Amino acid sequence: MRDIGDRILISNVREKGHAPFRRWAFVAVPLAAILFQVYVPRFFPVLSYLELPLLVTIYFALLRRNQIAGTLIGAAIGLAQDSLGAGKLGVFGISKTLVGYFAASVGVRLDVEHVFLRFILCFFFFCFHELCHWALVHIFVGEQLGFDIGNTAIVALLNALVGISLFHFLDKLKERN
Amino acid sequence: MDLLSRYRNLTVLLLVIFAQLILLAYQVKSKDKDKDVPLVRVWAVTAVTPLANLIETIRSHTVDLADNYIFLRDVREQNQRIKDEIARLKIDNQYLRSELETADRVKTLSAFQATTPSRTLLARVIGTAPGSNSRVVFVDRGTHGGVMRGMAVITPEGIVGKVVAAYPTASQVLLLTDPTFSAGVISQKHRVHGDVRGLGQSKCQIDYIQNEETVETGEKFYTSGDDGVFPKGLLAGTAIAVQSGPSSKQVFLDPAALHGGLEEVLIIVEGVHQPIPDISTASPEIHLQPPAAAAQETPRPDGQAEVAGTEADRLREKYEQIGAAQNHVFGTGLPGSKPPDFNADPGKAPRKTAPPPPVAGGSPDIPPDKAAARP
Repeated sequence: MRDIGDRILISNVREKGHAPFRRWAFVAVPLAAILFQVYVPRFFPVLSYLELPLLVTIYFALLRRNQIAGTLIGAAIGLAQDSLGAGKLGVFGISKTLVGYFAASVGVRLDVEHVFLRFILCFFFFCFHELCHWALVHIFVGEQLGFDIGNTAIVALLNALVGISLFHFLDKLKERN
Repeated sequence: MDLLSRYRNLTVLLLVIFAQLILLAYQVKSKDKDKDVPLVRVWAVTAVTPLANLIETIRSHTVDLADNYIFLRDVREQNQRIKDEIARLKIDNQYLRSELETADRVKTLSAFQATTPSRTLLARVIGTAPGSNSRVVFVDRGTHGGVMRGMAVITPEGIVGKVVAAYPTASQVLLLTDPTFSAGVISQKHRVHGDVRGLGQSKCQIDYIQNEETVETGEKFYTSGDDGVFPKGLLAGTAIAVQSGPSSKQVFLDPAALHGGLEEVLIIVEGVHQPIPDISTASPEIHLQPPAAAAQETPRPDGQAEVAGTEADRLREKYEQIGAAQNHVFGTGLPGSKPPDFNADPGKAPRKTAPPPPVAGGSPDIPPDKAAARP
């Protein structure tokens, strides 16, 4: 138990702000995630439940271990997602901004290379994102959206599973020292 | 400033969220689509749509390629299926054509069988004897069917050969083209007798025709009936080449019955002689004998009775006619008596049925016109 704790907790000084990632990937991966959400459900409607932009936001925020970077990444991806939809600009932006900030905060403290931790974080941040989105739409836009906890949990579980595979794939894009 | 620097991360977060809240509030407050914030949307759409177009193009081409591949695969299978169907139909067509030709041949044979005076037996060729030079076939009728050795084998087109061996269920037929085959024939136009003989090839040769005899190319030869095998009047073939030889004329014959294979034949069980058909009535396609009641000797074109084939026989008959016309009985005149006038035309002289009563003191060898002139 002590070994697991040592592995999950990292040294704040040693690894904070380290992001060995190719620069083009910071643009291409979010763009591909947004394209996936725009394009693929046309042919496979069941895949519309996948929130790849959110998973990419979590991944980059965890990877950067920088709250400001996580905030900006979340805001950019969220606003792009908003601009391609018919909703108000800022709904997904604010949700993903909060997710990016908190994910980066978690990444500072924990070893985000751990699969189980990634699964838990994906599950938790998906639920948090859905809750934020529902609250923003309900409070600021005034639309009455339902919030099904059970359905949200199932979809969060599926997204967490996909997130593990996606994170593993994105790890391959890291620069090698 | 120290406070902001200390809580820089939180400050940035709050600023970003505050900016987005203002953006959101502006949109909610405007309620007008025209007052939307299009700039961000334009950037996003401009950034995304080219990629979406590219992906859609790749997808559509890939799907088209896959569809075409599947389509072509189906076409290939369909093509193979159609080829197999065509091959099967060709085999069926060939079989039906063969059956139709067999039916036609059997119909022709039956018609010929009904019209020919000879009693015949229908037989089917079931095999050939080995040997490159031999022309022998087996037919499916034997002694159980009444076939005996030496019987003639024919088709409506002409003679085929003769039975050289009869077994219980099959018979061996020596074809007309075999080198050991021989049969007596007579030409249709000039009534020239000869002996047809096989050459081991598709053609035959007619022997024993003197160079003085007249045979024309294209003249038909019929069986003469003097060989004891073939009844008289069956077509043997057509002369295709005639040339004079050192001792006799060389006449090559194209057998009439051996064109286009041999499948069904008729074995003559009881042969009936028939006349040689006239040139005008002979059909080049099929030879059908006249009914038995009409089977009589056909008179010669000059009105004279048919005579033997050799020149000596014809000369003898001519002299007999001259003698009869001049009331001369050969072998009765004394030495020194006047012989009959052999230069006289027997056809112009009135032929008397009975000789006149002998005149007293008259010589029997005196011609009647001179005897009448006596006082």
